[in-house]
Amino acid sequence: MMKHYDAVIIGGGSAGLAAAVTLKQNGLENIIVLEKDGEAGGILQQCIHNGFGLQTFNEQLSGPAYAERFIRQAEELNVPVLCNTMVTHMHADRTIEYVNPEEGYQTVTADVIVLAVGCYERSRGAVEIPGDRPAGVYTAGQAQRYLNIDGYMVGRKVFILGSGDIGLIMARRMTLEGAKVYGVAELMPYSNGLPRNIKQCLEDFDIPLYLSHTVTHIYGRDRLEGIDVSAVDENLKPIPGSEVHYDVDTLLLSIGLIPENHLADEAGIRMNPRTRGPVVDENYMTSVPGIFACGNGLHVHDLVDFVTLESSRAAEGALRWLKKPQNDSADILLQAGEGVSYIVPGHVHADMAQPCELFFRVTAQFDTAEVLLKKDGEVIRRTVRRKLMPSVMERLKLNPADLPADGSSLTVEVRERNTK
Amino acid sequence: MYDIIIIGSGIVGSLVAYDLSRYRLKVAVLEKDNDVANGTTMANSAIVHAGYDPEDGTMKALLNVRGARMYPQLCRDLNCIIKNTGAFIAAVGEEEEQVLDVLAARAEKRGIACELLDGDTARGLEQNLSDNVTKVLSIPETCIIYPWEVAYAAMETAIRNGVELFLNTEVTGIDKVPEGYLVKSGTQAYEARMVINAAGTGTAAIDHMVSDRVDFEPRPRRGEYFVIDADIDYVSRVIFPVPTAKGKGVLAVPTVHGNTLLGPTSEPIEDADKKETSFAGLESVRQQLQKTMKNPPLRNVIRSFAGIRASGTSADFLIEELPDAPAFVHAACIDSPGLASAPAIAAYIRDTFVGKYMPLEETPDAVMTRPAPVVMKNLTPAERDAMIRRQPLYARIICRCEQISEQEIIDCIHGPCGARSIKAVKKRVRPGMGRCQGGFCEPRVAAILARELHIPLTEVLLDSRNSRILEKENR
Repeated sequence: MMKHYDAVIIGGGSAGLAAAVTLKQNGLENIIVLEKDGEAGGILQQCIHNGFGLQTFNEQLSGPAYAERFIRQAEELNVPVLCNTMVTHMHADRTIEYVNPEEGYQTVTADVIVLAVGCYERSRGAVEIPGDRPAGVYTAGQAQRYLNIDGYMVGRKVFILGSGDIGLIMARRMTLEGAKVYGVAELMPYSNGLPRNIKQCLEDFDIPLYLSHTVTHIYGRDRLEGIDVSAVDENLKPIPGSEVHYDVDTLLLSIGLIPENHLADEAGIRMNPRTRGPVVDENYMTSVPGIFACGNGLHVHDLVDFVTLESSRAAEGALRWLKKPQNDSADILLQAGEGVSYIVPGHVHADMAQPCELFFRVTAQFDTAEVLLKKDGEVIRRTVRRKLMPSVMERLKLNPADLPADGSSLTVEVRERNTK
Repeated sequence: MYDIIIIGSGIVGSLVAYDLSRYRLKVAVLEKDNDVANGTTMANSAIVHAGYDPEDGTMKALLNVRGARMYPQLCRDLNCIIKNTGAFIAAVGEEEEQVLDVLAARAEKRGIACELLDGDTARGLEQNLSDNVTKVLSIPETCIIYPWEVAYAAMETAIRNGVELFLNTEVTGIDKVPEGYLVKSGTQAYEARMVINAAGTGTAAIDHMVSDRVDFEPRPRRGEYFVIDADIDYVSRVIFPVPTAKGKGVLAVPTVHGNTLLGPTSEPIEDADKKETSFAGLESVRQQLQKTMKNPPLRNVIRSFAGIRASGTSADFLIEELPDAPAFVHAACIDSPGLASAPAIAAYIRDTFVGKYMPLEETPDAVMTRPAPVVMKNLTPAERDAMIRRQPLYARIICRCEQISEQEIIDCIHGPCGARSIKAVKKRVRPGMGRCQGGFCEPRVAAILARELHIPLTEVLLDSRNSRILEKENR
């Protein structure tokens, strides 16, 4: 007999644990968390630096300490977390196939599925750096795992491509462990990491950040021996003659994170090409009824606190949907207008009962920005915000009263105030 | 004292070893790298060409047609993947259409089925074919394989039959001795009555150790490729442009695991060890591809790589005994269609040269088939469940992109031609071949290698002998 659950949560990291805890606290009894790794907590377990939890707990915790709070909460609520358990397939009829050493190959069904699957790092292949293929080129997260989980340094003379937060954290971490970090090159004219990480991980250690630069060649047959770093023009093309050579044995890549979307794809869930995660509504439900998504598997966050918040909301959405699965009210598209790269959720229902917080990112840096909410081309709300940047996620509250009754769309736009 | 020493364990060396392992012969294989199939065999288009392309009267024509017909049985025997995708040769304009007629006539003469299709019919079958394509020659027989799988499967089987494989054994000198040859690698020496030089791009250098009459010079050519994510269905057949004097051009090739290869370029290089990619090369792939294809899925590139073809000054394969070195045979200038021809090259070497010097007496003990390795992903849920009950590590997934279990990795390390590096594991069971390119699984594979090989983690290699991945233990 196939097992059936009220809810199956795929992923036992920060998103999955928060969703499971909220579901259980609200009386959903028969639930289970499936975690591929040997322990719950996800990527937080290798993030031993401080800075987690400022929003949620008003204190600075390490990644494992932040994870521990939710692992303990799940334990106290008797939420079962199956570790070493890999979901191999997920189908639109909410059937899940998974595998683990204790139970073998299992197929189960669920009333709701919460996808809390996290993300993966873009690799060298995705950015096409010419040259050799030696050892010594890692994603920042790989080097972080080798150092913080396994206890090994990947190298001594380090350069970092990409200013994503993990790369910045690793610049500091490797410096503290005695490595020399020669610099961080960022293709874009602005940093892709949080301002606080630029300050605390680079500036405080005199590690230069080269904006509008990229790695243009990799040298070394066996182990990395050196790299060329070039300036890029406004079309992001390397400028010939601008190369500077660095003799390094290690290149870390911190060039972006991509939601893990394999299961969602398999179930035929509609994806957002910008976030590369599923498109969801105000309940965080995907295009497949009963399948919800949250955390870095939905869109990549910069703070774990927002992952927790969002995942808890996704669980509340799932609970609302379980009470009232039919939703015939009109769909209102939320469109990313000028200056906005994406908005989550991607659409809301016209009969939405309570306010909904939108998460969005801007496409460029803004000094003093006007954030516009537009209905039928008409501005219905205008707020002014200082210092917006693509690396920092923005929030905007959407009230039921803002919604057009006729099911048309809403647009969020961001522009520099001086240029209107 | 060996009967035969084979130098090189690429597709040719491995298949020669496999083929000879059925006879009462003492055979050794010397490989300079720490794994088999690590040169040209590791980086090519993975196509078993049907054999319509080489000019009449060449060794290439003879051995390609023969080799292509040997592959289906060979892959059944060795439990290797082969897919009969077929191929399109896509012509743009009248001049190229005429070339298709020449190729069609050649194919028919060689007994290779083919069919001419107009552009729209072809686009109905391959929707990403460029709108400029006016006519297509369809070759249904063309197959794709996983080239290094055939090589290590053949080598594994040869080893089971008694062939000795010496890895990390670069030939540094050869002396002629009364009984045959003394092949030296540093302080080691191996004596044999006969030597078969299948050293790929290194063939000429080894020839010069025994001969003053080497009749070719190496002219290695580099080819650069993109690999596209397996989630993208771009082509279902191999799509060639019309071949020119410069080669087969830039292709779109489905792989046996559902990826797409785009490439290669063809560029002469000085140093056959320089397997590096370049801006210009990859840009050239993008440009040339536009001739026959549209909607290139370049947003879904998961990797780019370069391979070196073992080309030389001879346009045809050179498979011959050196005139001033009896019983010293080389397989030189094995560029395209070398992979497709390899099984026939091995048979040709056996019949023409080995048989001349020693009796080919089959041993009753030789087993020429390879048991199928366990690939959990390909099993039914019930089969998977049964495997896990026997060995729970088949349930511990190490590579999430390709769903590869810990036990599959352990199996490939302890096989007869076992993996010794992260890349060698990747070649055999594919962790790191998916979209994350090892970001998630590489540290886990490294830990398994260290444990199974009883070496410290700092000794784990990415690929070659000096490619350590970790600098030092931190605490």
